[in-house]
Amino acid sequence: MNVWQFMAQNHTEVLELTLEHLWLVGASTVLAVLIGIPLGIAITRWPSLNKPVLGSANIIQTIPSLALFGFLLPAPWIGARADRLAILALTLYALLPLIRNTYTGIKGVDPAVVEAGRGMGMTDRQLLWQVELPLALAVIVAGVRVATVLSVGLATIAAAIGAGGLGEYIFRGLAMVNNQLILAGAIPAAALAISADVGLGWLEKRLSPH
Amino acid sequence: MNDSARAVEFRNVSYRLDDGHALIHGLNLEVLRGETLVLLGRSGSGKTTTLKLINHLLRASEGEVRVDGRSTREWNVIRLRRMIGYVIQEVGLFPHFTVERNIGLVPQIEQWPSDRIRQRVQELLQLVGLDKELASRYPRELSGGQRQRVGVARALAADPPILLMDEPFGALDPITRAELQREFLALQRRLQKTVVFVTHDLREALLFGTRIALMEAGHLVTVGAPDEFVNSTEPLVTAYVDAFGTDFNYNKKRGRS
Repeated sequence: MNVWQFMAQNHTEVLELTLEHLWLVGASTVLAVLIGIPLGIAITRWPSLNKPVLGSANIIQTIPSLALFGFLLPAPWIGARADRLAILALTLYALLPLIRNTYTGIKGVDPAVVEAGRGMGMTDRQLLWQVELPLALAVIVAGVRVATVLSVGLATIAAAIGAGGLGEYIFRGLAMVNNQLILAGAIPAAALAISADVGLGWLEKRLSPH
Repeated sequence: MNDSARAVEFRNVSYRLDDGHALIHGLNLEVLRGETLVLLGRSGSGKTTTLKLINHLLRASEGEVRVDGRSTREWNVIRLRRMIGYVIQEVGLFPHFTVERNIGLVPQIEQWPSDRIRQRVQELLQLVGLDKELASRYPRELSGGQRQRVGVARALAADPPILLMDEPFGALDPITRAELQREFLALQRRLQKTVVFVTHDLREALLFGTRIALMEAGHLVTVGAPDEFVNSTEPLVTAYVDAFGTDFNYNKKRGRS
């Protein structure tokens, strides 16, 4: 039986695992956006926060994913359910590209434009919402894109702590030395990653300041 | 002289960087209402710094800068900046806004009704010699000269009594520059704004200046009307005038004889 036949026969299970996978990636990306973008903005306003914030995000990034899942296991409420735990870990990983791209995007806005705005009497908030964020948007979306693609891959490891997702097939296949099963998890995961990359890449291009 | 005749006044102003290096030393200067004061000097002489002290983009380390008789420290900085038009060499148009939104920015943040903004934008386009069709264009679709016209229109939008201009025509080709200079001169005669104009170009200074202030290494060398200026015997002034070639030397000799 080849991988396509397997997937056709088990299509409800494939779909279920794909949806679980999407839930892990989607929820963690939304959380990372909600935390990472404000943090990225904050470090453009208070430069002294720059090093601690980017440094911490960098350090999180260096923790091996399996270890991070393990570290978070004893956490109250979070540790009680595997998907919560996986979402938290994925959120932490997604933070770095979001914080960094928000920061670089805003810092990359033409200084003459910012100075003109400030000189004309725009408040800091007006400058942020009307000038800096719109002009940085493409770079911020590029960060979301990197974070999302990264999460799709990382989320397969979440199956190791029982959080479900397409990693289930991969781990099962590894245990049973069954390449078809591994592929049944890997192919849909790759498809998800590619569609996220293409979709967000298109958005990024559309938002690029002309 | 009473305060009402002075639009801007520098009282013993110094500006120092965080590392203690001074860019402006003990500056005393006043800008009279309705005049065009040109800050002339070579690169790094402190003219742009002086300009930015007026709209409080920079904060004086010592002394005080007074606008409309009040120290810039006491002004609400947002209100202060909205009554001062600001034009810079790089123009700094918002690339994601149309010409119309760029020009109408200060009225918009001042919450004028939208039909009044639209009407004002039309007026301003005409004032700076731009086709009304350009209102819906983006800055990238304009030539350098058109962009700078939009920059001037934007600075004039809320009819500010004071205009700060930092080498506004410096990045243009000579023909476009001459054209814009001529038009700005005519505009200024009509509008009678108080203008502080930064340039390193002596010809431009003589063209626009009611008075010319020469700066060198953060010090004010001299300030005077254009004819006084070219005839000055102050060595730094003669050096500057000499650097601009023979026409002025000729006038100078003739003036003395």
